Formats: sequence, structure tokens, C-alpha cells
Amino acid sequence: MTAVRSLILRTAGTNCEAETARAFELAGARPDTFHLHRILAEPAQLDEFGILVFPGGFSYGDDVAAGRVWATEIRHALSEALGAFVARGGLVLGVCNGFQVLVETGLLDGSFGTEKTRDVALYANASGKYECRWVSLESQKTVCPWLQENEIWPCPIAHAEGRFVVKDQAVLDRLYANGQVALRYVTESGGEASYPDCPNGAVDQIAGISDTTGRVLGLMPHPERNLTPWNHPRWTRLGERSEGEGLLFYRRMVEVAQTAVSGPTEAQATTAH
Amino acid sequence: MATTPPQAWRVEVFRAPGFDDPDGNLALEGVRELGIRSVTDVRLGRGTLLSPEFTREEVESIASELLADPVVDRATVIAPGESPTRSIDHHILVAARPGVMDPVANTVHGVLKRTGRSPKSGELAVQTFRAFEIEGQPSPSELEYIGRAILANETIENLAVDSEGLSFGKPSTQGVRGSQDVVLLDADEAELVEISERGELSLSALEMREIQSHYAAQKREPTACELETLAQTWSEHCKHKTFAGRVKFTGTDGKVEEFDNLLKETVAAATHELGRPFCVSVFVDNAGIVTFEGDMDVCIKVETHNHPSAIDPYGGAGTGIGGVIRDILGAGLGARPIANTDCFFVGPQDLPVEDCPKGTLHPRRILRGVVAGVRDYGNRMGIPTVSGGVWFDEAYTSNPLVYAGTVGLIPHRFAFKKNNPGDLIVSVGGRTGRDGIHGATFSSAELTEDSETDSASAVQIGDPITEKRVLDCLLEARDRGLYGGLTDCGAGGYSSAVGEMAEECGAEVELDNVPLKYPGLSSHEIWISEAQERMVMAVPPKHEAELRELFESEGVEVSVIGKFTDTGRLVIRDRGEQVADLDMKFLHDGCPRPLRVAEWKPAPIADPGCPRPDDFAATLLKLLAMPGIASKEWIIRQYDHEVQGMSVVKPLVGEKSDGPGDGAVLQPLPDSNRGLVITCGANPAYGLIDPYAMALAAIDEAMRNAVAVGGDPDCTAILDNFSWGNCEKPDRLGSLVMAAKACYDGAMAYGTPFISGKDSLNNEYRVDGVSKPIPPTLLITALSQMPDIAHAQTMDAKEAGNLLFLVGQTKSELGGSHYSVLAGLQGGTVPQPDLAHSPNWLRALFRAHRSGLVRACHDLSEGGLAVAAAEMAFAGNRGIELDLSKIDVTGEHPTDADLDALKLFSESTTRLLVEVAPEMQTDFLTVLDGVPVALIGSITDDERLVIRAGDGSPLIQLETETLRAAHVGTGGHA
Repeated sequence: MTAVRSLILRTAGTNCEAETARAFELAGARPDTFHLHRILAEPAQLDEFGILVFPGGFSYGDDVAAGRVWATEIRHALSEALGAFVARGGLVLGVCNGFQVLVETGLLDGSFGTEKTRDVALYANASGKYECRWVSLESQKTVCPWLQENEIWPCPIAHAEGRFVVKDQAVLDRLYANGQVALRYVTESGGEASYPDCPNGAVDQIAGISDTTGRVLGLMPHPERNLTPWNHPRWTRLGERSEGEGLLFYRRMVEVAQTAVSGPTEAQATTAH
Repeated sequence: MATTPPQAWRVEVFRAPGFDDPDGNLALEGVRELGIRSVTDVRLGRGTLLSPEFTREEVESIASELLADPVVDRATVIAPGESPTRSIDHHILVAARPGVMDPVANTVHGVLKRTGRSPKSGELAVQTFRAFEIEGQPSPSELEYIGRAILANETIENLAVDSEGLSFGKPSTQGVRGSQDVVLLDADEAELVEISERGELSLSALEMREIQSHYAAQKREPTACELETLAQTWSEHCKHKTFAGRVKFTGTDGKVEEFDNLLKETVAAATHELGRPFCVSVFVDNAGIVTFEGDMDVCIKVETHNHPSAIDPYGGAGTGIGGVIRDILGAGLGARPIANTDCFFVGPQDLPVEDCPKGTLHPRRILRGVVAGVRDYGNRMGIPTVSGGVWFDEAYTSNPLVYAGTVGLIPHRFAFKKNNPGDLIVSVGGRTGRDGIHGATFSSAELTEDSETDSASAVQIGDPITEKRVLDCLLEARDRGLYGGLTDCGAGGYSSAVGEMAEECGAEVELDNVPLKYPGLSSHEIWISEAQERMVMAVPPKHEAELRELFESEGVEVSVIGKFTDTGRLVIRDRGEQVADLDMKFLHDGCPRPLRVAEWKPAPIADPGCPRPDDFAATLLKLLAMPGIASKEWIIRQYDHEVQGMSVVKPLVGEKSDGPGDGAVLQPLPDSNRGLVITCGANPAYGLIDPYAMALAAIDEAMRNAVAVGGDPDCTAILDNFSWGNCEKPDRLGSLVMAAKACYDGAMAYGTPFISGKDSLNNEYRVDGVSKPIPPTLLITALSQMPDIAHAQTMDAKEAGNLLFLVGQTKSELGGSHYSVLAGLQGGTVPQPDLAHSPNWLRALFRAHRSGLVRACHDLSEGGLAVAAAEMAFAGNRGIELDLSKIDVTGEHPTDADLDALKLFSESTTRLLVEVAPEMQTDFLTVLDGVPVALIGSITDDERLVIRAGDGSPLIQLETETLRAAHVGTGGHA
């Protein structure tokens, strides 16, 4: 069986490519990191990949608004190929700035490629500040095929514009009804989070959402920064660890992509721990 | 600023009703801090000016698609020449002065172009501004004050109060291109000095005379370009002529010593005498390089950016970190930056506004600006900021210090570089403008109360994404072997970069090929501009096309500005004329080396001893809340310390991640467990009393912090960063000599070589004719390594029942201590490590870490034992019991000293608190055989710190939550 290929897109200002590639490599995928211009030159290259990733960073300096400029560029230059990639079942992940890009493209709220006006947004943290800290996420009852309900994920966040908001209550109801609310900030023990456990003031403490298929997921926290036994902020207080919790997130995603490409695999049967 | 509305489309984007405006709220908080109560609300609008050639339809589409968010924003489009209708009471517009870097405008420009939206003429002028709408009834003078004090920095920005005027366009400067002579052959000494001052050259009379006689021998006047090149190259900043100069030193005992090169004979001498094999490249390149693992080396550099940060804290600190990152990019053939450090020395945050000297920004504004500058540059570069510190003293009010450091990874085969005659001189990255003219000479001069307005052009504004692009392409070009020589453009701009690279060969430069941000620069301005984000490389002609293709594919401009020659001359041409023809030897070796006089006499202050405080518990709480000790969490959390995923020990540790860690540990290579440790040490308060002891204490602090987290003291390199006063004055230079001698002695004793350093002199501030120096401030940064990160350790108390050992000797050393500052005591004995023994104690403790015997370890520094124990307790959410009777006081102490206070608050060096499980006690004591170690207490589960006096009575009983609140609650919080 050939490993599923994941494409990590980069452009001016993306900066989490290395740890993202490491996560996919450890998870059993074959990652490549390409500059956007390489894909724009030949968009059909997307067909070779099962997973497309918009990594974290500050694309174009987050000038104007986080993710806005890169998303504008993608809508103008890559929308056909991206639409086709999603339509044929490719998985798309946006982490932190990548989530901001996905929101801005409209891929998550269904406004991508339509005349509809986007009705979800990520904007300035309630604190008004960039913050870097560890939080706990709980996966929700979600259509995202690699998340299971009620699991807790310790993860670092590092962002200034991560507050998820919606245009109105109807939008929020729709997201829940569709199973698009994938991850929420909770306290370490799974209780309701207020600042700083919910670091940005997001509505309903939402940390990540998917599109209606669950195959396009965006989240503010960085699971790829929790791959080793020593990334956790309290590892010196915990017992011996074999890996960081973030690795499972990527392993499951790769398994799903593998299944989509080649049907159920051996890997899937053996790695659900 | 203009008073009429701009002849450009204007888009203002405010938050939509129902969505709060955190930026406006922060501005309102700032207004409240000024004591102004008449303002009830502030809202921030992000403004963009666009070419008047666009149609309204086009502008509206740009506004809705690019400038405003459909959910949280509302946009207003205002036609050229028209004013917006404002429904609020007042407004202030803030815009960058013409010519000041506007990175957001560049980005908008770029995306409009890439998405096919250019106006008819193709001229895509874009500018940004901020519009603050202000509700309430402030008086006109209050409004002006708000604008000047918190909303705009007039050094780089214009502000319009209740006016719609915004200037739109490029700066209109009229520089002369081509050759221009500076007439000085017949000048007398006074006239020479005047020429130097008028031209902001910072050249001394002696140096001007040397230049005069050099040109007299050639029977011609120097050109402006030549004189500027000499001024930059001979500047204190570039040449370190004082530290590397001749010094006649008279010590306390009257003994006279002469140095031909102070730096070489002290700091660097230790490195060469130690001859540690892990040193790869030291004191010769942009950064010090040491071996790490396999074929991978690590490099590190720490820089100061003091004077620019005093004038524009945000831009100064941002370009400080941007500059030191370029040092790492330009180390060898280029290293990959993996960590940043930053240390600030600033004035008291609660300084009454009326006590802030004229021409000085308030220390609170300086610290916030500096933090924001480091945050926005470091975070955008994707480099974690993992280590640092903040020190507070009134003496830094007008002359703050900003140290920025970067660590990089570099494959060993790229550690050295060489450019050859015939190689092209290629500049990549940003364009050249008037920004940063005279940065090198400015940083070599004293600040005056007019500095803020005088030196506006010395300020640089950073554009981190341009530098990130350069980084991405540069490492690819390195791996493909497209260039042989490389350096960054820092102080002195091209004049220093090309001048240094061509030192051994020669160069010809065509200034016509330098891309400019806007016209109007004179030839010498192009040559010395310190515009940011530029690197210079030596490219063999056969690689030019490939290099150009690589950089341009990612939007980085490439220009061939000349070639390296074998003539030994620096020839510069512009507009068909030769504007400089300089002998390389004179440029680099011609600077006269006067003998400077230095003397050191300690201030005659009697040892004040160690009085007993009225209330030990209250004293401890006060110490924990002192700005230098209190939590820096509000700063640390604004820096991304996790990016790149290498983090092993973070800056904040413990159960609630609020314990102050002793040092950062990283795992740089994902497939190796070898760890990299970064720590620092500084204690300027000691330096005022005894600069020799201060320097040793700083070395010891950096070393023991490294060992506290598990670093190997025998695999540690250190860096020196001196910030001193005006060393033309014998007392200032005397204390520098004392500290430099200590650096030699310390490095030799610990076996720890200095691998890089920097000095920033002339940190003085003149008010009403009186010149005041800053305290002598030596920052020591340690780069240590550990064989296995699994043995890294943190400072938080772990488990009830474990034992607490004090390693090291407690002496009567309260001079410059936080307890003395709190008690208002002057003088005293400054902590000083025992060079004969301290290094071995650290080695033994490292062995204990390696044997897995240490469950927590915390160094004793600011505040002494009491503060260290308190921090361990609240960080671990555990109780600690200590018995002071188990501690011996080593050496003499004043007869009336209170021994309880001495044991709790002395800041004696080489001391650490170590938590050990009871079953490991025997092994631990065996490993520490021969080291002074005392079992002084234990970890408990009652979440209280209990410290008993010699007679068993409790001196301190405090809940851990009370300790935490004292530490986290106040302390320079913004």
C-alpha cells in the first residue's frame, strides 16, 4: 500500500510547515511542502494528493486581517482546482492561520464559489492581544470523520485573531444541526471554559469547525506542536509518555484519507489506541 | 499633515454594531491611564487610501472583498477630496509620515496587482492610516495630548486632530546624485569637528585629522560618499574602537595595567586559551558557531538596539530582533533561526508622568512598545521567543536597553564562507529608502533631549514578511550552492556590508542598480541607508540566473549592485560619475587608536549589614511583587514560544504554568534527544557597587540557570553584551575594564568560552547640561546543551514527602540585592562566586540530573532563598517547609547582621534548591560528594510555605495562593 500524500501549501509568511510535515510523516503519510506559485503554475498537481493543508503562520503578515490576503488570492486563482479537490473527497485541514484562510475562502460556511455572503468569521481576541498558551479541546458530535465525541486534546494556541463568531443565532443553530461544530475549548477536566481556558472569547467556546461533509476542517489550536512526549507543558509532572496527544489527531486523519483513496487498510485496524 | 481631505479614495473600516472593538478598548484604557476622564469611548477604524483613478464600483468591491469582513466590520467609502460624515464627537487620524515603511500598504498593493486590479495608469498607490473615533467631551488640549501620548508616535507618524487632512504620496526629498566633495583639506580642528557634527558623522577631532592628512597626501578632497563610508566603518557601533582599543587602567590598589586591545586581552583571550573543541567559529562572523550533534552546528548572536528603541520603541525593538535574525541568516553561509531571546532594561512603570524627562517617552509606553515590536516581528518570522527578562531602574528611563538574540541551526559544511574576485555583489530583499540613515553613528552618540526630533531618519520600521521571504529563499539558495559569501545589511547599510565582505579583495559598486523605495536620495544616502530586510551575497556569475529565478519566484527582489575585485579598493559609481575610490586598507586599518585612560575606585560606602525586617512574611510578599521579580506572564504570553514544535521546557512552568522557569530547553532535531538550553544572567544593581563581582555573578547566574534545567556546564558557551556609559570618561571605562577582567577570570574558571558579543557604549542621557550614565549593564547569555532532553527538569515543587536540599554556600552578600533595595540600603558586599569551587558544584549537580535524581531544581537569584522557595511552592501547588537552622552562614558577616534575614534574602551565587525523592537521598548525596549541600526542608501537601527560624518558631507562614497572587498580581503589569 502506498502512503497517502499530503500537500502542505506555503506562501510568504506561513511558518508551521516543518512541524506540520513532521506530524504527517509520523502519522504515516507522505508530506510535501510546495509554495503556492508551484501549484498555481499547474493546479492539476492537486490530484496527486489526498490531503491538502493550510498551515499556521502569518500569511502575508496577516496584513488587513488574518488570512484575508491569502484567501483572496486563492479565491481568485485556485478556486476551480480547490473546489474539484474537495468535491472528489480530498481532505482539507487548516490550522490557526490556515483556519483563518479556510474561513475567509468560504469553504467552511458554504459560501465558497457561491453568491452567498460569508456568515462566520474569526477576529480579534477579546483580550485584544496575541496569546500563546496551552488549552484543552473537546471533540464534539461532529461529521468530521477522524474526530470522536468527548475526547480531550491538550494543545497549544498562539494567535491574535482567533475569536470565532457568527452573523446571528440561526447560523450557529445551522452549524450544530449539521454537525459542523468540531472542537470546543473546555477546562482541563472537560468543564465549561471561560478565559483563559477559552483564550479568545469565541462564541460557544468554538475552537474548530468543519464544512457540511466533515472533510474540510479548520481549528485555531496546533495539534502538530504536541507530537513528542516532551511538548506537554507539565510533562515533568506526568508519568512517562510515549508521544504527544496531537499525533493521534494526524494519525486518524491520515487513516481516513487512506481509506478514501484505497479502501479500508491494515493500518486502520491496528492503530485505534 | 495636510489639512484638506486627500485626493484619493478613502476606505475606513470600523467594527460592526454588536461586535466589540478590542483595539479601541485598549486605546480607551490608555486614555484612562493618562488620567483623562472626559472620554467615554474610543473606536479604531483601519483606513486605506487608494488611487483616485479607481471607479467607485472598483473601490467598493475592494472594500467588501479585501478590506472589510462581512460579519464583524462595516466599511465606509469616501470619494477623493471629500470628507466622511462622522456621527461622533471627535476623531484623530494617524498616518505614517511619507517615506516611512508601510508594510500593510505593500501587501494590499501586492494582492490588488496579483488579482488583476490596477487602475488605468497602472500606478497603484496605496497608503494606510488609523482613524480613532472618540466619544466624550475632551478639551482640545486633552485631545492633542491623547494623540501625542498614546495614539501616534510623531517621530514616524503624522496626526490630524478633528481634521480630515491626510497626506498622500511619496516623500519629496531632493538628494544629489553623483560626485560631491566635502571641503576639508584646509580646515582647522574646530572646523573639522564642525564638519563631523553637521554631517552627523560622530567622528572625533583625531579621526577627522587622520582623514584630512590621508587626503592631503592624495592632494584631493574626500567625496561625501567616502567620508560617510569612513564614518560608518569607524563608528563605535561597527568598529568597537573603545573596547578593542588601547587602555591605560589604574585599579583600586593604584596598580597600572596597559591593554593594547582590551577585548582581545580579556573576553576573547579566555576563549583562545580554553581552546574548547566545540568552538567552530568564534568572534569572526555574524554569530558564534559551536558544534551540536552529528553534522549539525548551532549558532547564536545577541545584539543591542538601544537608541532606536528609545525614540520609537515599537520600530526600534522590531528592527532590533529583525537585525539579529539577519545576523543568524548571515552566519557562515546561512543558518536557520530556531529561537529568539529578549531582555529589556527600562524605567519604573509607575513613574509619575511629571517626572518623565523632557524628550523621553514614558517607561510604560517604552516597555509596551518594545514588547509589541518584538512580538510582531518574532511571531511573524515563525521563530519562538523562548527566553528573556526585564529589569527596572530609574536610570533606564531615558536610555532603555533592548537586547535581542537569535539562535540558529547550521550544517557544519556551511559554517564558513568566502567570496572571490569576480563574484557579483547581489542584494536581495527590501528596497532602499531614507530610513535608518546614520543609525551606526547615531547609536554611537549620546541621546539628547532633542533626539526624538533630530534623529527621525535614524529610525527604521520593519517588514517581517519580506524578511521571512528572504529566509525561505536564502536557505534554498544555500543548499543549492548558489553563492560563496554572505552577510546581512545592518548598521551602516551597504557601506558596512560590502565594505566588510570586500576587505581582503576590493569591490566596484554601481548605485544606479540599487532599487529605491522612492526617488530623491543622494548617492551617499543610498550607500549608507539602513533600510531593513536586505542581505548581500557574493554570487559567481554562472549562478546569477538561477539565484534570480529562485528569489523572484517568491516575490523577493534581486539586484546585482556590483562585483568583487582584486584591486584592494572600494570604487563606487553613480549616474556615470565615480563617487568614491577608497583604499581598503585605510578604510579598515586607518582609524587612529588613541590611548584611553581608565580608573576604578569603589564608592566609599560602609556595609549596611542586614537589618531584621519587622515582618518576614510581608517582606517576602513585597519582594515577590517587586517589578524585577514579579511575573512577566503578560509579556511572555504575547510571544509565540511553541512555533517549530521544539519546546521542551517553556518560559513558564508548573501546575498552572505560572512558575518562572530558569531557562528554556529545546529539541532542535526531531530525530535526536539532544537538547539545547538557553539562559541569561544580569544584575546591574550589583554593577554600581562592584562591576567585577557583578560580571562574575552574571556569568554564574547564566550557568546555574542552565544547570538548573539540566544543561551540561562543560558543554556551554556564553555571550557578552555590554551596555555602558560614555567610556571617554575614565570612571566609566574603569568599570568596563573591571567587568572585562571578570569575564576573563569567569570564563577560565568555568571552562566556558565566550563565542560572540557586542558592546553598546555612550548610553548616557544629557538633561540641562548634566550627563548621566546608565548602570553598567552586562548581559550574559548562555547556550548550553544536554545529552538527553528526557533528563530536563523544571522548577515547580513536585511531590509531597520529597526532600529539599540547598546546594551552595550562603554568605553575607546583600549589596545590590532586592532586599537592600526594598529596605533602602546603599552599598554592601556584592554576591561573587567562589571561582575555585563553584564550577565543580555545578558539574556535580549536572551529574545528579543525568542520574535522574532531581525532581525539581530552582536557582536562587533575585530575592534569595525566600523568593526561590515561594516560587517553587506556588508553581507546584505544593507546600514547602524550611528550617533555617540547617543553613550555615559561610565567611564573615557584620556583627549586627540578622542571620535569619541574611539566610532568607542574601543573593549569594551558585546556590540552587533541589527536590529529591527520599529513596534517592543517598544516591544524591553520593553524587554531590564534596559539594556544600544541606537538607533544609521538604515538600508538603498542605499548600503552605512555612519557614522556621533557628529556634523553631515560624518566621513565615503563607498560603501558596497568597504567594501566587503577590507574584502574578502586580509587577509591571500592563
